[in-house]
Amino acid sequence: MAEKKKINLNRVPIPKQSPEMRRKNFSEVALGYTGEQAIEEANRCLQCKKPSCKDGCPVNVDIPEFIKAICDHDMPEAVRILKGKNSLPGICGRVCPQETQCEMRCNLAKKGAPIAIGRLERYVADWERAHPEISEKQGEHIKSNGKKVAIVGSGPAGLTCAADLAKRGYEVTIFEALHVAGGVLMYGIPEFRLPKQVVQGEVDYVKSLGVEIKLDQIIGKIATVDEFLENGYAAIFLAPGAGAPMFLNIPGENLSDIYSANEFLTRTNLMKAYLFPEYDTPIKVGKRIAVFGGGNVAMDASRCALRLGAEEVYIIYRRSKVEMPARLEERENTEEEGVIFKLLTNPRKFIGDEQGRVKAVECYEMELGEPDESGRRRPIPKPGTEFIIDIDAAIIALGTQPNPIIPSTTKGLELTRWGTVKTDEATGRTSKDRVWCGGDMATGAATVISAMGAGKRAATDIDAYLQGKSELP
Amino acid sequence: MYKILAKEDLTSDIHLFKVEAPAIARKAQAGQFVIVRSGEEGERIPLTIAGWDKEEGSVTIVFMEVGATTRKLALLNSGDSILNFVGPLGRPTEIEKFGTVVCVAGGFAIATIVPIARAMREAGNKVISIMGFRTRELVFWEERLGSVSDELIVTTDDGSYKRKGLVTEPLKELLQEAEVARVIAIGPTVMMKFCSLTTKPFGVKTIVSLNPIMVDGTGMCGCCRVSVGDETKFACVDGPDFDAHEVDWDLLMNRQRTYLDEEREALRLWETSTTRF
Repeated sequence: MAEKKKINLNRVPIPKQSPEMRRKNFSEVALGYTGEQAIEEANRCLQCKKPSCKDGCPVNVDIPEFIKAICDHDMPEAVRILKGKNSLPGICGRVCPQETQCEMRCNLAKKGAPIAIGRLERYVADWERAHPEISEKQGEHIKSNGKKVAIVGSGPAGLTCAADLAKRGYEVTIFEALHVAGGVLMYGIPEFRLPKQVVQGEVDYVKSLGVEIKLDQIIGKIATVDEFLENGYAAIFLAPGAGAPMFLNIPGENLSDIYSANEFLTRTNLMKAYLFPEYDTPIKVGKRIAVFGGGNVAMDASRCALRLGAEEVYIIYRRSKVEMPARLEERENTEEEGVIFKLLTNPRKFIGDEQGRVKAVECYEMELGEPDESGRRRPIPKPGTEFIIDIDAAIIALGTQPNPIIPSTTKGLELTRWGTVKTDEATGRTSKDRVWCGGDMATGAATVISAMGAGKRAATDIDAYLQGKSELP
Repeated sequence: MYKILAKEDLTSDIHLFKVEAPAIARKAQAGQFVIVRSGEEGERIPLTIAGWDKEEGSVTIVFMEVGATTRKLALLNSGDSILNFVGPLGRPTEIEKFGTVVCVAGGFAIATIVPIARAMREAGNKVISIMGFRTRELVFWEERLGSVSDELIVTTDDGSYKRKGLVTEPLKELLQEAEVARVIAIGPTVMMKFCSLTTKPFGVKTIVSLNPIMVDGTGMCGCCRVSVGDETKFACVDGPDFDAHEVDWDLLMNRQRTYLDEEREALRLWETSTTRF
């Protein structure tokens, strides 16, 4: 046996574009490890006998094993191990909150320097994309079992479920509502955090497994879930993603130039409004813009606004910085780029000009009281603290509610009181026979990786069910 | 890709496409719309469905050239393809036996009111249609709307054809003379607003098909939000049909003008790029 490894607490930092540079372009912020940096970081891994990092991963990636392969300079092996569990590693390596998952469980985390698992994952995925000659033509080895599965939505949940089922021999068709595949990975997460070429590469990988993706298909309108079940699909996995955006419900919210984050990000990322007029879809940011909310989406929207040319971008959030749901890394990136955080601040009303365009927002200050049901300290308004911020546009980033199209057109699909589909977390089963659900439609707004985990669990359960290994209750 | 099976120029700037879209044709109902994107750089625009043929597997749309996007769309011909064609979206128009139904349409919306008038008549209603145009050269589908209506009134703003005046004048007379159960008004926003103002004193339920700016068309982005009865609604999933008397018309018109500067700029660039040839 090898002697006990010496602990190295010098986490290798990831090179990034400087804040001054990157706030003016849509290119990726984090540049990724070089080969040397990756090996240096991989060599810090203790190769624990009982690795707890794996337990922190919703898709159970064999983390020490793929890191070992990097140490051994065997990149094809690292790719093989990683992709054995995760079909979308280039995406996960960039947008997973590793600090609350695998990296949090790393034995070196206690000493403040967990292995940078996400960065290594990204390195392996990027290496594979740069070496297409080594990627196996996966689909050619798979023998069809003749069973058809329909998947609604080509976001992280749908793609993961599709890949896992295709690898097991199912004939999978994904129905996507928009004109490109990828869901939130394409319309929501901006280019500078997740290049669309990376997403396209991983969508192409899923297709190479034999998965068919049909675009422009609004399920519930062009065909219903019940029609799928009657017309030869043995099972259906519903993963249509985020639904209707939530608004603040304050006066003036429908003034022109007030966007939901969904609309703002869709115009920017999917419709490429930052290239107007070369692309036909316009967008307005003006000089001063306010973003309401404290999650990752608020950070993404504010950083897009900077890159679209806004001079002053505010994030207005009613609690303090520590309560912000955004990832620490994204919050820091956002601050570095010069977004102004107005904390403990809440809007009361929007004020418009004579053309009905927003020109200001009236806000008031908050203070934190006792913790509420969410465990976070409840914000309480401070009387007499009203003030006005002049703005040219606003973005509301408060999350979404489930889209009603599928629930309202599917018989026997039970919903929760929040309008999400009632789903068994371990299996993805719904109240309806042969229908599974995952992602935001089942949980409400959540992360890419949790949607992927749901896709994976549903694929396992669909397979078990269709192989007759288990029966629905 | 969705093939254009036939193109017809209804006037110099109003065009009809019959598009191959069998799955949409199977499900389409009167009052629904499709989202169309004509090219890689194109925007997504909503267009109301003007007809469909289940056997042929086709869906018909009619649109007017107003900006760069619709001008580009108008360059396509029979045999060409549309990149994206998504639908059928929105809730269908409520069709029931109401009694006497007045269908009012202005401009290119004549095409979209035809399936509604037909469905109303098939449901047993007496259908009186009013179609309004600016001038004689713009008149189209008089016979077609006439064939699905019990009575047809045609107006032109300048009096160059049939009755002179706006559609609201014969509408008001009908409301005064007859027992009208319901009015359906589709056309430019200002026309729908004035139809609403005309019917309101009579207390006759009036349905309008709103046309705010949309992006995805499936309830995801909230761009198309309108205020109806002081509640925010999404025209793409809650509409596009709404009770006219509850609509905040000024808000709708303001929001429709959000990108006026950009639309002018795009049109100017389009015109300079096309006049080079």
